Amino acid sequence: MSVLVYIENTDGQLKKSAFEVASYGKDIATQLGTEAIALAIGDISSDELTKLGNYGIAKVLHVSSADLKTFVNQAYASIIASAAKQHNASIVVLSNTFSGKGLAPRIATKLEAGLVAGATSLPTVSGDSFEVTKTAFSNKAIASVTVDSSIKVITINPNSYAATETGGSAQVEAFNAPVESSDFGTIVKDIVRATDKISLPEADIVVSAGRGLKGPENWAMVEELANVLGAATACSKPVSDAGWRPHSEHVGQTGIVVSPNLYIAIGISGAIQHLAGVSSSKTIVVINKDLEAPFFKVADYGIVGDAFVIVPKLIEALKAYKGN
Amino acid sequence: MKILVCISNVPDTTSKITFTNNDSEFNTTGIQYIINPYDEIALAKAIELTNSGANGSVTVITVGEASTEPTIRKALAIGADNAVRVNANPADAWYVANQIADYVKKNSFDLILTGRESIDYNGSQVAAMVAELLGLPSVSIAKGLSVEAEQASIEREIEGGKEVVSASLPLVVGTAEGVAEPKIPNMRGIMAARTKPLEVLEPIEVKPLTKFNKYSTPPARGNVKLIDENNINELVNLLHSEAKVI
Repeated sequence: MSVLVYIENTDGQLKKSAFEVASYGKDIATQLGTEAIALAIGDISSDELTKLGNYGIAKVLHVSSADLKTFVNQAYASIIASAAKQHNASIVVLSNTFSGKGLAPRIATKLEAGLVAGATSLPTVSGDSFEVTKTAFSNKAIASVTVDSSIKVITINPNSYAATETGGSAQVEAFNAPVESSDFGTIVKDIVRATDKISLPEADIVVSAGRGLKGPENWAMVEELANVLGAATACSKPVSDAGWRPHSEHVGQTGIVVSPNLYIAIGISGAIQHLAGVSSSKTIVVINKDLEAPFFKVADYGIVGDAFVIVPKLIEALKAYKGN
Repeated sequence: MKILVCISNVPDTTSKITFTNNDSEFNTTGIQYIINPYDEIALAKAIELTNSGANGSVTVITVGEASTEPTIRKALAIGADNAVRVNANPADAWYVANQIADYVKKNSFDLILTGRESIDYNGSQVAAMVAELLGLPSVSIAKGLSVEAEQASIEREIEGGKEVVSASLPLVVGTAEGVAEPKIPNMRGIMAARTKPLEVLEPIEVKPLTKFNKYSTPPARGNVKLIDENNINELVNLLHSEAKVI
């Protein structure tokens, strides 16, 4: 028996969520009295992969081949499922990222395993009963899900399980799995990455703004605030619907759900759909001219006033703080 | 082009979510149901790709009990040509995906669209499961889709950017914002929907693998601490020493 965790990378660098998955897998393995094995696919150095040892992973299976450098949904799923079979994994853990969402259902289908997507805690295991909590109703609820299959697949939401350094080193092994030509049904033609941007789903700090900013020309101060904090930028639905900002920045029930350490909302009233997407943030700061805005009810800190006055002052105060 | 759009019947986005029967079931009292918003994007795209039926057909499928029929009729009013309801409680994603895959096996399609996820159980599972069951390629979170001569070009969302992916039909795609603008039914569509075919099928036997058996609502958040706009430094201090987030 083992726990298999799938490790994602971006251009050879392990993602932050990869360490979260490693810690989660390690903690389940400890619970079950077994070991956690990691699997990574792509052009990644051994030095980078051995970092996983510090998160409790003893062994890393590495698949490196020219035709698997970019994400191939079916082929990656086949490899992960065969590693799970070969290593007799009873649990497979992935991050609930854009790629993880494409892989996990395929792996679950191949293994006839129940899948819990978007888990937020370690499972509770007693005898044959296996139960995991996950967010449901777009963050408006937490559900407890039981899994009845012998193998289980779990994806965990980014930022919902802390990566914990344990010390230790990992051994990296090459892993070869048969991949069929029919597994190459999708071909990556181009990758467009905004290199200066911090990825929104994984960000520790998010600076978000709404219609209160009156127009897209006023976003410079939002970006500057984000820049000072090392934060990702986001927006409310009306803002992306109006085309002021791209859809990929829309946070809320029908957009991206985030759970950063700090969420700063500027000029967003706090409609129930928006709040659903941010309610698992650890600390929420709201800046709004209307004290009656519903967002204040879920905020930890609030400032009532004109964003065009407050945000520049906040930028100055943070610059002074960072300067010290 | 024959397109199948998988739709889910979900509570309206403004719904207050509560639970009943010792917190083991979603409380449906007073809840308005809608087409899952991401599925509306899939439906709009399907209508666009078939040029409103001039260049193919759009079938919608849902796994649900008779109570889901108003939602199916709305999809027909928006512009789907015909509809299928698999008469069963959608027990879990595995159960639903197997029902859909079975229907596709018996009625071939060039393109199968779903929303990127349903806003109730947020699994993002059905698209890739259906694809795997049928041995088809899939893209789970698409923010752009175009089809030309049996070849699809898809913009796939990735962290901090996008990937442009190509694939041959048949194909399964989970659509997100950006693929199409949802369509609002007009009077003619609503009238026509009444007479469009809605076939009811009995489910195949599938054992669900997961069960949602207990719910809770997230803990209420603390009282807001208001800070005077002339004292911004206090906020910086609190974020540093009290919240410990900067």
